[in-house]
Amino acid sequence: MTAAIECRSLRKTYDAKVEALRGLDLEIREGECFGLLGPNGAGKTTAIEILEGLLQPTSGEVRIFGRGWHTDSQQLRQWLGISLQETRLTEKLTVRETIELFASFYRQPLSSAEVLAELGLAEKADAWVGKLSGGQRQRLAVATALVANPRILFLDEPTTGLDPQSRRQLWEIVGQFQRGGGTVLLTTHYMDEAERLCDRLAIIDYGQIIAQGTPADLIQRLGGQNVVEFSVSFGHASASPNGDLEPWRALPGVEDARSDNGLISLSVRQPHVTIPALLEAVSGRGARLLHLTTRQASLEDVFVRLTGRHLREEA
Amino acid sequence: MSTPPKTVRARSATSEKSLNVAAPESGPREENPWLRAGANRNGRWSGYTHLLAARLREMQREPEVIFWVFLFPLLLAFGLGIAFRSRPASIPNVAIAAEPGADALLQLAQRSPQSLHARIVPEAEALDGFRLGRYDLVVIPTERPKNAPGDNTLPQIEYRYDPARPESVLARAQTDDVLQAAAGRANPLPAAAQASSEPGARYIDFLIPGLLGMNLMNSGMWGVGFALVDYRQRKLLKRYVATPMRRGDFLLALMTSRLVLMIPELGLLLAFGIVVFHMRVAGSWLAIVLLGVLGAATFAGLGLLTASRAQKIESVSGLINLVMMPMWIFSGVFFSYERFPAVVQPLIRALPLTALNDALRATILQGAPLLAHAQAGRLLVMLAWAALSFILALSWFRWT
Repeated sequence: MTAAIECRSLRKTYDAKVEALRGLDLEIREGECFGLLGPNGAGKTTAIEILEGLLQPTSGEVRIFGRGWHTDSQQLRQWLGISLQETRLTEKLTVRETIELFASFYRQPLSSAEVLAELGLAEKADAWVGKLSGGQRQRLAVATALVANPRILFLDEPTTGLDPQSRRQLWEIVGQFQRGGGTVLLTTHYMDEAERLCDRLAIIDYGQIIAQGTPADLIQRLGGQNVVEFSVSFGHASASPNGDLEPWRALPGVEDARSDNGLISLSVRQPHVTIPALLEAVSGRGARLLHLTTRQASLEDVFVRLTGRHLREEA
Repeated sequence: MSTPPKTVRARSATSEKSLNVAAPESGPREENPWLRAGANRNGRWSGYTHLLAARLREMQREPEVIFWVFLFPLLLAFGLGIAFRSRPASIPNVAIAAEPGADALLQLAQRSPQSLHARIVPEAEALDGFRLGRYDLVVIPTERPKNAPGDNTLPQIEYRYDPARPESVLARAQTDDVLQAAAGRANPLPAAAQASSEPGARYIDFLIPGLLGMNLMNSGMWGVGFALVDYRQRKLLKRYVATPMRRGDFLLALMTSRLVLMIPELGLLLAFGIVVFHMRVAGSWLAIVLLGVLGAATFAGLGLLTASRAQKIESVSGLINLVMMPMWIFSGVFFSYERFPAVVQPLIRALPLTALNDALRATILQGAPLLAHAQAGRLLVMLAWAALSFILALSWFRWT
């Protein structure tokens, strides 16, 4: 069966200098929700806009259900529903007028009234777009994509800047679309969003995929499953609190160690092996434990470990 | 907006059904019509008609558009029409200094009371009044030389006038004429004069077609150029081209919206001229509307050209003003461009607004047919600008 979206060695170079994408390969299956994660400037938006046919790649190939943008763009446009980052819809049209306008571009759109009802915008149908709240606008942006009756839904950071309630409403909508057999490609800044929505995801940094898989798989492979966080005091001021990470990394069962503002985090597979050894090492060095917690590894840990950056911090 | 989770779930039951209808089991949807039961089908022009309706609504809901497109030209026409309204040249006020012979002069002057108002006042008062502008001219009777020809009961006269005051110059010429004729001068050249201040030759008649042209330029450049860059800056153009929307339809809808707006624009200003200033329209309305269409299309093309690359509305505003400024000055909106040196006349005539204004004036004021020699040339100038700007704009235009 052909993949919903497939791309091979995509490259994009701006002004012959800036390499936004440096060989991207993806295969997204029909019916799955695929997430592209990465810090700002990693190339997510460039990648998604090339897949959407809005940008020309410098080299490489894109196939959507086996068809290419050069030969079948009219057909592909009928199949895609797209929500871009930062589109400002016309403020002095009503919600209904906006949806009907977008519906008019497609050969066989869904009924505007149904889509508005689904997205909880029915009672706002006659309000001007300019009067909507941020969450309502974002849902309207997704509605303009859904009214196309698309086979693939592209969402570029659909929940950035939304309150938790509006985010959950959007997740619900994406889930419904997927349960109806649709394919979703989304980019996001939020780990919980990716973990909750995505069947598979790829982490992009510096224009390349650095890890790919299901959220659980990535956490297991790269997050070390568990994280032990602690801080110690050496009693006298001579030793720096961060100190050298090597002694901690050498403890049994530790896969990786990093320090963050005096808090040392160890990625471990088996806490019951590592923690006794850790306690021994602390007392053996005449230090005092100030703080110790263990928790399940999250995508955030995977991300920080891979990119050395927190996802949400500005690049 | 806060929807309790319960409602979300309740809604999802119905909505899943509708999304399921849309979901393909396999292969492209077009090959699977059974899945599409009840789906809407859009025809070839559905996108175009929706885009046009959306654009018209958008403009109609923008109070600024209503003001600048409709009200502003009317205010301008009204203000300038009042300021430069035609008045009959005022009748000169003449003071005759109370000297011997003054009475005889007054009798002569009173034979043509419609040409001048004359009265006898003491000389000092007459000169004072002249300084203050109460009198345009002072006539001082003096002693007649012994050997002068003609009626020797009349004095010799001396005029006090100010060559820098047009009304004073006029008063001197007119008074002299009246007095000499009354004193028996025979005109060697028989002449008859007929007063003619017909509608059609007044300033307001010159002005209204110029304002029509200027308004078509303003609203074409702003309505297309500004709107496009605004869409581009808001990433709305990009959002549109991410749909199957036909790009040509989008531009066509924008142009059509200009043409739709052009009709009331033209009609309102002309109706205002007719009702308030009793302007007479000599040409056919069809010809005027056709000129309006051509003018609107020309400036829509120029608007498209200025907007083809600009990313920010600030930069397109500058460009639009840069393009329009020379035409405000040179194209004969408020005054005739004949006042500029002859060398630049061909350049001025090559400007699209000059061609439009000249064509509108010829049609509205003189009833010139569209294909008459001079008119056809103006139409060609506009067509050339329209064609050139559309071709360049479409090859340069950026959607993102």
